[in-house]
Amino acid sequence: MSTNTDTNKYTILFAIAMVVVVGSLLAFTASSLKPNIKENERMEKQQNILYAMGINENGATDIKFVGTDKVAGEFSKYISKQLLINADGSSEENTEAYLIDVKKEQAKAKNGGTRLLPLFVGEKEGKSFYIVPIRGKGLWDAIWGYVALDEDMVVQGAFFDHAAETPGLGANIKQRYFMDDFVGEKLLSDNGDFKGITVAKGNNDPKNLIKNDYEVDALAGATITGDGVSAMIKSDLKLYLPYFKNLKN
Amino acid sequence: MGLLSKKDAKLITDPLADNNPITIQVLGICSALAITAELKASLVMGIAVLFVLGIGNVVISLMRNIIPSKIRIIVQLIVVASLVIIVDQVLKAFAYELSKTLSVFVGLIITNCIIMGRFEAFALGNGPWKAFLDGVGNALGYAVILLVVGFFRELLGSGTLFGIPVLGDPIEKTGLYSTGYENNGFMLMPPMALIIVGLIIWVQRSRNTTLIED
Repeated sequence: MSTNTDTNKYTILFAIAMVVVVGSLLAFTASSLKPNIKENERMEKQQNILYAMGINENGATDIKFVGTDKVAGEFSKYISKQLLINADGSSEENTEAYLIDVKKEQAKAKNGGTRLLPLFVGEKEGKSFYIVPIRGKGLWDAIWGYVALDEDMVVQGAFFDHAAETPGLGANIKQRYFMDDFVGEKLLSDNGDFKGITVAKGNNDPKNLIKNDYEVDALAGATITGDGVSAMIKSDLKLYLPYFKNLKN
Repeated sequence: MGLLSKKDAKLITDPLADNNPITIQVLGICSALAITAELKASLVMGIAVLFVLGIGNVVISLMRNIIPSKIRIIVQLIVVASLVIIVDQVLKAFAYELSKTLSVFVGLIITNCIIMGRFEAFALGNGPWKAFLDGVGNALGYAVILLVVGFFRELLGSGTLFGIPVLGDPIEKTGLYSTGYENNGFMLMPPMALIIVGLIIWVQRSRNTTLIED
């Protein structure tokens, strides 16, 4: 090449040109794909909420959501009410509550604002499910989930997901054998105090038969992710306690 | 290989054995530790790196005469990062399920030293076709080691392969577990990946003594 690529002038011009080219390329990709991505995220939320209350196409051990083609229909069929919960336990309906970003609400609460608390009421085979979104921190990044409860805050179903936990270790919170362990676990003590559920080491209950110990067995090699699950269950589900107390009265 | 000249074929086959990126060049160790606890993740990472390294090598090779040498590392980093981000965005829009599986790997690919290492060592000095073959060869060599490590870690650590139980049920004590065998939880920890990679290096060098440096 005849151009001298080592001069300062060339280097600076090259850097500027590259930033402009790459920047516009990325901006163009991001903005042109945004509607599709948003739509996918919206459907994923509906799928997750339905999954927690047992509306899914699971096989023996795998996880399969209701298809994207019919998720909107199933969502309006099974989710009878979407509520926002107030601190005193009263609630108001909001048909877009599932779009509320729990991450933003948590940040708001941290800065002294009021956090919106969405809750979804599902009806299946004459039974009511109260589905609550939760969010916390794993080892590397965010973890979140949806927990379906009955009137007594006994877990009826749970779904967990993660942004970047280690595959084979922390990422296994998204496995059936971990999520299904939560079914039947209680959150409240006999006199109605909130106790939460701890992801506990020690292999006390490998077949998960003991349902009144407020514990599920931890995953090997995933201590910090498991602690994150315990923490988000304790902190986020507790906020809904007034609502369930009102429900009982 | 009728399609490739002997020299070109060597670009693919060398990294599989005698110039393997992990065991000989010692590149890409960190991702080999992070994701080899199960075979499926090893396979996905192998394919993802194959894709990024194959294309990245060609892009860098095409740009090799215009990249100012003072900022070449930054240029390389930007090429990988934007490539990975664009692919990630496209997957998010059109193959959402797949993108969820891959999301963990995106960061690991950008920082994977195999990619920077091959850009720097090969793509900057060779034409696009050769660079492509070198990228494919090195990614395959990387994937092979990942799969071997993943195989042993998943088999001995969880008793499964690709998530399917192969040694019986550890809770019901069937199959091998009825003899008192237990899964070794330590195999799931990152240090065991290093130890397995070490064992592979040992086997490889004892079979081919010309690889031993003194």
